[in-house]
Amino acid sequence: MSSVTTGPRPLPAQVDLDRPSAARVHDYWLGGSHNFAVDRELAERAERIVPELPAAMREYRAFLRRAVRFCLDSGVRQFLDLGSGIPTVGNVHEVARAVDPAVRVVYVDRDPVAVSHSRVMLADVPDVDVLHADLRDPERVLDSPEVAGLLDLDHPVAVLMVSSLHFVPDSDDPAGVIGRYREAMAPGSHLVLAHATGDSDARLVGEQAARVAALYRRSADCLTLRSRAEVTALLTGFALVEPGVTRVPDWRPDTPRTADEHPHRNIGYAGVGRRV
Amino acid sequence: MSRPAEGIPEPRHRLGLAALAGRGRETAVGGEDGPCGPDVVGGLAAAWAEAVAGTSYVSMSRSEIEQHLAGLTRQLVTALLAEPFDPTPARQVGAAMVAAHFTGTETLNRTVALLATELPARLGLFRDGCQGPVVERVAAVQGALAAGYAEALRQRTLDEQEAISQAVFVARDQTEQALRASEARFRAVFAEAAIGIGVGDMAGRILEANASLLEMMGYSLEELRQRNVRDFMHPEDAASVWRLYDELVHGQRDHFRVEKRFFRSDGEVIWTHLTVSLIRDDRGHPTYQVAMIEDVTDRHLLQERLRYQALHDPLTGLPNRALFLDRLSRAFETGGRDGRVGLCYLDLDGFKVINDSLGHDVGDQLLVAVGQRLDACVSAPGRLVARIGGDEFIILVERSGSTQDVVVIADHVLAALEAPIRVGEHELAVSASIGLVERPVHGTTPADVMRDADITLYWAKSDGKAKWALFDPERNAREVARFTLSATMPAAIERGEFYLDYQPLVRLSDGQLVGAEALVRWRHPEFGLLAPDRFIGLAEETGQIVPLGRWVLREACRQARLWQDRFGQRAPFISVNLAVRQSRDPSLVADVAKVLAETGVEPGRLQLELTESAVMGTADEPLDALRALSAMGVRIAIDDFGTGYSNLAYLRHLPVHELKIAGSFVEGLRASAADGSHVVDARIVGTLVSLAHALGLGVTAEGVETEAQARRLDDIGCDSGQGWYFARPGPPDQITRLLS
Repeated sequence: MSSVTTGPRPLPAQVDLDRPSAARVHDYWLGGSHNFAVDRELAERAERIVPELPAAMREYRAFLRRAVRFCLDSGVRQFLDLGSGIPTVGNVHEVARAVDPAVRVVYVDRDPVAVSHSRVMLADVPDVDVLHADLRDPERVLDSPEVAGLLDLDHPVAVLMVSSLHFVPDSDDPAGVIGRYREAMAPGSHLVLAHATGDSDARLVGEQAARVAALYRRSADCLTLRSRAEVTALLTGFALVEPGVTRVPDWRPDTPRTADEHPHRNIGYAGVGRRV
Repeated sequence: MSRPAEGIPEPRHRLGLAALAGRGRETAVGGEDGPCGPDVVGGLAAAWAEAVAGTSYVSMSRSEIEQHLAGLTRQLVTALLAEPFDPTPARQVGAAMVAAHFTGTETLNRTVALLATELPARLGLFRDGCQGPVVERVAAVQGALAAGYAEALRQRTLDEQEAISQAVFVARDQTEQALRASEARFRAVFAEAAIGIGVGDMAGRILEANASLLEMMGYSLEELRQRNVRDFMHPEDAASVWRLYDELVHGQRDHFRVEKRFFRSDGEVIWTHLTVSLIRDDRGHPTYQVAMIEDVTDRHLLQERLRYQALHDPLTGLPNRALFLDRLSRAFETGGRDGRVGLCYLDLDGFKVINDSLGHDVGDQLLVAVGQRLDACVSAPGRLVARIGGDEFIILVERSGSTQDVVVIADHVLAALEAPIRVGEHELAVSASIGLVERPVHGTTPADVMRDADITLYWAKSDGKAKWALFDPERNAREVARFTLSATMPAAIERGEFYLDYQPLVRLSDGQLVGAEALVRWRHPEFGLLAPDRFIGLAEETGQIVPLGRWVLREACRQARLWQDRFGQRAPFISVNLAVRQSRDPSLVADVAKVLAETGVEPGRLQLELTESAVMGTADEPLDALRALSAMGVRIAIDDFGTGYSNLAYLRHLPVHELKIAGSFVEGLRASAADGSHVVDARIVGTLVSLAHALGLGVTAEGVETEAQARRLDDIGCDSGQGWYFARPGPPDQITRLLS
């Protein structure tokens, strides 16, 4: 099904607690308890295949923090977090508001539970909103009252796809989806991307990655692993910010790192593109 | 969290920190250079940060972590060294770690280990060997931190579980609400739909029906539920309806759409558009059937009425031309090799007079009455009476046995119309003419029989009224040929299919050739060489004689000019026939003048031959034309003189130069005539010649066939002769040769 020619993607019609959810699995790996037995079971099975997964998830989260700060340093004051998941420590608005309390954020997720939870958590937080939508419907996201009400797309915006685009299969044309967001982004905007990979340049063997991907097929979210070249290609049309597309922990680390400081397997790539 | 943890003993040993640090108790903690100074705390915090690196996710950079842990370290050191000793603040540190998300199990493990080793070591508490009290205090701090940590983590876990459960409830509630709303909408669509909707199982049992369907069928839901779909079979259902239904319930098709009649509970028939769809379960097994039924009875009745109106004559109620043609075509389609068909094409005699004199209303009522009589005496299975326009009716005999069948019907119809028809106060006698066609359908077409019936009706009319005529192929062929000739004549002139023969006119006294009569011929591509009698009459009827005559005149003059140039004074005059219609053509004089001017023929070398009736006609215009021609110098001859009622006295007033005596008089002058009639004819001819000469006219005898005739005519004083004796009509060369 090509997302280009179809209408808005149907959001889950039911809350199915018999199926794991990527957002809650993620939460579990980050040490949260916003999850259920089915989620933990998936998480633990994946960990048995790739024990470093929880550490890798923490790296994604750390990258998010570094990237948000980078965007703030670049002058961006509005954020669109696509695939925001379960709110946990280090949410975008928390990180950003430590720098500038005026920052505005819209969180978007397709998981009804994650959205419902986010709404409760963020109910009293001003200038932050939550949108229940699928990131594969750029028009629906961009034209939503939530985005229209909070974000001014005539000014730079940071569009975050951290650990979410690998749930968009090739058949849904992820490059096209990004392109439609890009069209709506003012010059000076940033696309923040962190994406799971099956590249085995470290010790991760492709087969293991495939087994993890297979686990996710039982969940509500299918995992598509992409190579470095594929991830780089997704940033086409943006000016790559230094140091380009790197392993997740290597993207602008807080302190210079040595090889043995990140013994994790290469679990994903990160990169930030600037709209020029 | 701030209360003292149970089981943690009050400190029994003072550590003598003041002595160790060389400071008073009050200033020992928090001093710039004391155990809580930046060096010690910073060093401890860095070691702590190093120990727990990567064991939990905290949203801080490494330096932020160290900064954060430095605060906690300061609290721990303070608690450890406090006099009196109280480990309670370490609980808050444990809780603070959870709050900052230092929640990994390994984080706690390493923290507790660090408290036992690095903390006392960096504080230098082991230096004086009083390890006992230090170990005790450290253990108490570890315990308090772990307890605070565990309690906070437990609380956080419970909170988060509560939060996520709440989120599930809310999300579920919202989706269920949406689902309920959507179900309610669908139910409303089903219940309120104007179209009838029914749901049945695969055995055809009816499970659900909406209000529209119940109303349409006249049953209650309970009644419908006791019935099976197959109970609604209608005897006139198309066979395909139930074949499609069987395919559907066997899962071979997913839907079908048909037109179908239903009996309502009150027995009334309704017409519907029926759409039946198959509903399958998740595994694709047929589960239900859904029927959507639209009542189109009104539409159907209207359509039927429109159809009837389209196929019937509103005045008489008889089938109209469209229906007749439809049935005629069907008779041809179903007739096969041996079938025959008959038509009686009927037209009232004198209907126009009745219509014009008594009014259209009477005319219409007459047509209605005639229609009724025809219907009464003819209509039967296989026979159709139709009014196909005006006062024309047609009877179709679909499976005729023989020609006799239509003849019998025609006689019947004529008899049925014999009795006068009463319309208001009028007693109207009517009759009809009928054209009959009856033949095998094989080898002919509906259009053929219609055309032939039309022709035959025309024959019947022209043969006299109140008759029937039977189509005659030979007569038709003749008429067709005539028609073809008249239709093709204009093109034939263009294509040069006509040509002229010339017959010499000879002076009887010395045998000198003085003139030549031009005779038109038609070399027809289909019918061969045609003499004037085949087409001149036709040309007169159609008016084609005028252009044809014009062509003859021009062609003859063109030839005359050739002779004139070649033979000068010896050249013959040319004699051209003028039909009656030509003589009355207003442009005759102008045409002749134009041709003479164009060809350069001297007017005196042109002679125009007219019949008596053309010249003696009552109208003045032809005479004026002849006078004008005469004045121009053109010679005028009267052709076939003696066969009409010539007013001899009138002749003197006419611009005539020559009389041509009809061949019938000349015939009597043949020497071999034994009955003595030649004597009479000789006298008549003699009288005519005398009379002509008295009036100053020349005389030409036509039809001279023998030398004896020629001699006698010369003896009588006749000026010229024409006929086979001298020469037959022939090509212009013949004249040229005679002159040379």
